Amino acid sequence: MFDALMVGVDAAFQWNNLMYVVVGCLVGTFIGMLPGLGPITAIALMIPITYSIGPSSGMILMAGVYYGAIFGGSTSSILINAPGVAGTVASSFDGYPMARKGMAGKALAIAAWSSFTGGTIGAVMLMVAAPTLAEVSLSFYSGDYVMLMFVGLTAIAAFSSNGEFLKAMMMTIFGLALSTIGIDPSSGTERFTFGQPDLLDGLSFLLIAMATFALSEALMNVIKPDKQKDEDMGKGNLGSFKLTKGDVKEIAPSVGRSSVLGFLIGVLPGAGATIASFMAYAAERNLAPAKYKKDFGEGAKRGLAAPEAANNAACTGSFVPLLTLGIPGSGTTAIMLGALIAYGLQPGPLLMQDNPDVFWSVIVSMYFGNIVLLILNLPLIPYLAKVLVLPKPLLTIFILFFSLIGVYLVSFNTFDLFMMIGFACIALLLRLLTFPMAPLLLGFILGDMIERNFRRAMLISDGSMNWLWERPLTLTIFIIAIVVLFVPLFGFMKGRLNKTTATPD
Amino acid sequence: MRLFLISLFTLLCLSNTAMAKDHFLIPGGPGGGWDTTARGIGEALMKSGLSDNASFQNMSGGGGGRAIAYLIEIGDRQGDMLMVNSTPIVIRALTGQVPYSYRDVKPIASIIADYGAFIVRADSPLKTWDDAVTELRKNVRSLTIAGGSARGSMDHLVAALAVNAAGLEGSRIRYIPYDAGGQAKAGLLSGEVQMLSTGLSEALEIAESGQARILAITAPETIPAYPELPTLKSLGYDTSFVNWRGLFAYPDVPDEKVQEYIELYSKLLKTPEWAAVRDRNGWMDLFRTTDDFEADLQAQEEQLRELMTELGFIQ
Repeated sequence: MFDALMVGVDAAFQWNNLMYVVVGCLVGTFIGMLPGLGPITAIALMIPITYSIGPSSGMILMAGVYYGAIFGGSTSSILINAPGVAGTVASSFDGYPMARKGMAGKALAIAAWSSFTGGTIGAVMLMVAAPTLAEVSLSFYSGDYVMLMFVGLTAIAAFSSNGEFLKAMMMTIFGLALSTIGIDPSSGTERFTFGQPDLLDGLSFLLIAMATFALSEALMNVIKPDKQKDEDMGKGNLGSFKLTKGDVKEIAPSVGRSSVLGFLIGVLPGAGATIASFMAYAAERNLAPAKYKKDFGEGAKRGLAAPEAANNAACTGSFVPLLTLGIPGSGTTAIMLGALIAYGLQPGPLLMQDNPDVFWSVIVSMYFGNIVLLILNLPLIPYLAKVLVLPKPLLTIFILFFSLIGVYLVSFNTFDLFMMIGFACIALLLRLLTFPMAPLLLGFILGDMIERNFRRAMLISDGSMNWLWERPLTLTIFIIAIVVLFVPLFGFMKGRLNKTTATPD
Repeated sequence: MRLFLISLFTLLCLSNTAMAKDHFLIPGGPGGGWDTTARGIGEALMKSGLSDNASFQNMSGGGGGRAIAYLIEIGDRQGDMLMVNSTPIVIRALTGQVPYSYRDVKPIASIIADYGAFIVRADSPLKTWDDAVTELRKNVRSLTIAGGSARGSMDHLVAALAVNAAGLEGSRIRYIPYDAGGQAKAGLLSGEVQMLSTGLSEALEIAESGQARILAITAPETIPAYPELPTLKSLGYDTSFVNWRGLFAYPDVPDEKVQEYIELYSKLLKTPEWAAVRDRNGWMDLFRTTDDFEADLQAQEEQLRELMTELGFIQ
C-alpha cells in the first residue's frame, strides 16, 4: 500500500496536476459562491476538457471543483441568506444571524477554517481507511437511512427554543407537505400536480431555498428596514476578520467531532453532504452546554462551524463509495463516475490495484487542494464581506437578481420563477407572523428522503414493520433518535410540572 | 461589484446558446443520460469536421414535456434544432403525464440503443435467469427486484415484461424503486435487494468489476461484442425490449431538411470519432431513420400499452 501511495504522491505533485488542483479549487469556489450554480453544472460542463488531460489530472480537476464549491458555498449562505447548494443550508442557520449582528467577517473566517479542517480530516481518513470503509458504505439499508434522517430532523428543536415550538412544528409539516408534490416513486402516481406538467418532477430544493430564505429576506428588508443595523453596516463596521483564541477554543471540539461525523455520513451513498451538515448541526446543539445552546439559530459560532466542517468532510467521504465500489452517492459523483468510465477505467474494487496512480493521486491532491482553498479564501473575506456595505436598495436588487437568475439557470423554466415569487410572498407573510423558515426547508429536504426510504423499507419487508428491529444497526439509530427527541421533552415537561406545582404556594 | 462581474461572466458562458449550425435541445439537466447523448453526438460531429459548431441547451421540467413544447413552438424559427429523446417519451405519453407524444414532433432517427439487463450479486445463489424463473415460479413475490427509477418507469416495466414472458404474473413482482441508478446499485451490493433491473451499459460496468453477474439481457438477438450474454429470446422467453435514444425535429420540418439530417448522421456514424465516443460510453449503434424509426416507435407503443394496461398504469 505504501508503494502505491508513493505513486500517488508522485502523480499528485507533478506540476501540471498541481496546476489543475489550483484551477479546480478556483473555479469551484466561485461557482459555489454564486447562489444557484452548483458543482453539478460546473463539472458537467467541464467534462469535454477533462477528456483531453488524462484520468489522474481530470479526476483531480473535477474533485477540486467539487470540494471547492462546497468550500465556497457557505459565502452566499452567510452574507445574503441564499444557500446555493443544499449542503450549505445549515450554514445559513447561524451564519446569517452572525452577519446580521455585524460579525460577517468572523463568520466567513469560521466557515473557511472549519471547511479546511473538515476537508483535511476527511482526506486523512480517506487515505488511511478508504478500502476498509467500503464495507461501511454498504452497511446501511433503507430503514437505517430513515432513522438517520429522523435524527437529522431533530435539528428543528434549535428553532423552537423561544417558546415557538408549535410554530416550528407547523413549518416542518408545511415543508414535509411540499416535499410530496410530484410523481410518487413507490406507486408511480401523480400527487398534488393539479395536471401541471411543470410540477411532475416536484419542487426543486433551490427554488424553495431561494424563495423562503433569500427572496423573503430581501423583501423583509424593504418592508421593515432595520435602521440602526443599516447605519452600522454603512460605516463599514463588519467586525474583526480574525479568530481570537477564545473563538478557536470554542469551536475546535465541534469542528473535530463534526468532521469525523460528516466524513462517516458522506461515506454512505444514500446520505451525503446535506444530511451530514444537518446531523452535525443537530448533534452539536444537543451536546452544547446550556450557555451555548440558546444561541443556536441566532448566531452561535458552533452552529456555523459544525455544518461547515461536516459538509466538507462528507464531500471527501463520498469519494469512498465512488472510488472503491463505483457507487455514486450524489449527482456530482455520478458525473465523475461517468468520466472515470469514459477514460476506460474500471471504478470499483479493482481500481486501486489496476490504477493506483489515479486512486491515490486524487486523494493526495485533496490535502493540497484544501490548503489552496484556505489561501484563496482567507484574503478574499474582507472584500466579500463588503457586499454588506452596499446601500440597502442596491443590495436588495442584487439579491433579487441573483436568486431569480440562479433558479432560472438550473431549469430554464419561467414557471419556476412564478412559483418562486409565490413562495416568497407566502414566506414573507409567515415571517411577519414570526414563523421560522429553517424548519420548512429541513422538512422539505428530509421529508422527501424519509418518505422514499421508508416506503422502500416497507416494500422490501413486504408490508411488515420488522425492519425496525430486525437489524441491530436500525434499532440502535432508532433508539438514538428516540432519546434525542424525547429527553429534552421530558426536561420540558418536568419544568412545566414543577412550575404548576410551585405556583399554588 | 466584483461578484457581480464574475456572475455576469458566468452567465455569458452558460447562456452561450447563440444559434450554431447544430443545436441540441436536451429535455433534462446536465449530466443525465439525454445530456451525455447529445454532448457525445455533438463532440463527434465537431471532431469529425462534419459540423463547425454544436451547441446545447438544457431544458428540464414536466418529465421532458417542456422541451417538446418548446420544440413545437419555436423549432421553425431556431434553424437546426434537434431534440434528444428516448423511450420515456413513449411511456410518459401513454400515462398521460406529458401531454405530447412522438407524433407531435418529427422523428428523424434513432442513433443508439441500450437494452434491459438483470443482474445479481456475484455471490448470489441465482446462477442463471432460469434459476430466477424457478424461484419466481414458486412464488412470484419471492424476489425483490430493484431499479433506479419510480414504479411504472422503464426499469420496472422491463422487469415485468421479462417475468410475463415466463408465463408468470409480471404485474405482481416486488419492484423496489431507488432514487437513482447509483443507489440501486448500492442496494444490490449491500444485499438489501436480490436483483437489479438496469440498462446494459451500466450492468456491464458493474459486472466487469467482478461485483455482479448478468443473468439475461433484453436485446432481440445476441450482441456481437458480447456473445456470452444470454438474451431472453435465446433462453426461450419470447420477448425483447430496446431502449433507443434518437433525435427529433419540429413537426413541419421540410423534407429536404430531413434528408440533410439523415445524410449527416449516416456519415457521422461511420466516422472513427463517433466510434470513439460510442465505445467510451458503452453505447450500441441503432440507426433507424424516419419511417423505420416511426414504425419502431409504433411497435414499442403497442408493446408498452399492453403491458402498462395490465400493470394498471393506464386505465
